[in-house]
Amino acid sequence: MIKTDVVIIGAGPVGLFAVHQLGIKGLKAVVIDNLDKAGGQCIELYPDKPIYDIPAVPECTGKELTDRLLEQIKPFKTNLYLNERVEEVKSENSNWFVKTNDGNKFSTPNIIIAGGVGSFEPRKLALKDIEKYEGKSIFYAVKNKEEFKNKNICIFGGGDSALDWSLELSKFSNITLIHRRNEFRGAQHTIDAIKKLEGQGKISIKTPFQLEKVEGDDEIKSITIKDDNGKTEKIKTDIILSFFGLVMKLGPIAEWGLNMDKKTISVNPNNFETSKKGIFAVGDICNYEGKLKLILSGFHEVALASVECFKRARPNEKYRFEFTTSSKTIQDRLGKK
Amino acid sequence: MPKIIFKDSQGNSKTIEVDNGLTVMEGAVQNEVPGIDADCGGSMACATCHVYVEESWFNKLPKAEDGEVDMIDMAFDPKKNSRLSCQITVTDDLDGLVVTTPEKQS
Repeated sequence: MIKTDVVIIGAGPVGLFAVHQLGIKGLKAVVIDNLDKAGGQCIELYPDKPIYDIPAVPECTGKELTDRLLEQIKPFKTNLYLNERVEEVKSENSNWFVKTNDGNKFSTPNIIIAGGVGSFEPRKLALKDIEKYEGKSIFYAVKNKEEFKNKNICIFGGGDSALDWSLELSKFSNITLIHRRNEFRGAQHTIDAIKKLEGQGKISIKTPFQLEKVEGDDEIKSITIKDDNGKTEKIKTDIILSFFGLVMKLGPIAEWGLNMDKKTISVNPNNFETSKKGIFAVGDICNYEGKLKLILSGFHEVALASVECFKRARPNEKYRFEFTTSSKTIQDRLGKK
Repeated sequence: MPKIIFKDSQGNSKTIEVDNGLTVMEGAVQNEVPGIDADCGGSMACATCHVYVEESWFNKLPKAEDGEVDMIDMAFDPKKNSRLSCQITVTDDLDGLVVTTPEKQS
């Protein structure tokens, strides 16, 4: 069990800035995120797109914003628990108990939910009764290449993941790459390499086709694909790899007993506390009158929430409002001499 | 104000009025049209405002840019008449536009 002043759920820009606002007040936080890297939507959805409405930063990309926030919170040496999703939140003696799907456990007086639109998860194939093959014949990621050796593999998707894995796995397996249109959107040199392998008969490309059905018992034996005109084709298949990007799912947050409004959490705009004492919601996931889903709104929200977190984590200390320009204490915490 | 007609996969239909200059997605969200999730808020990054545009209207719309077509690859059950409703801006010319929401968005 790890004790901390605050558990922050979500490592997007607002979750990261929460570390800063808590850190300058002397509070320790941990951050948990389901993605394999910090940055949330900024890094997953628009790493290269410029953002123009961060105060005093006329233009920066999602990646640059994330990198700068990580730089800004460096002095606080915060642990980021990545590839982990919070599964359980429950009240335990006047504190909150938080458990992740990886089995990490935390005890904390404060939880800040900076969860955006939810956690990112692979977009799954939508055919009926297909879940039973998941993890056996259907995969949404390649964790261990060895499991994909000497197989008949059908890879779905038109982006870099589909193309890169087609190239890599074609070294030791029989690959069919299937995409709904003739154009691929991956890097040109990868597309060229794939076309070359197709010419040599080492990869089979099927476009414009989509998955129609799968046949098998415990494991998949074959699949049927269909084109826009209804023409079908059956392919002997051991494994389906599907790369249709990520979707955002609210997930377990909806089950924590918080007052919700559709997919957002209702908060008190004075301190961004939810209907439960010590649980806060900030950024895109929170909802109050006049709420704007902007990064800059999220920055304001964590600043206010961090004050309430301080009061709960340090009930015997008086909160003092201080400026970073003049406070010796804050400058020490930032490692400035 | 232009009217936009939303049908769902069950054949139900809902007509809404949308101000010129808003996108079809924004109109849908403001009028609580079911089946338009719009998770990313219109930044062409999620494909959860995916609609099928009625054939007679499809060619009247400005063509989708590459980024939109790339994103439609990710959508649930994409078809030839698939569009992202966040990329269709409402004008008087689109009065009476008919779109169908897919069975689900993700």
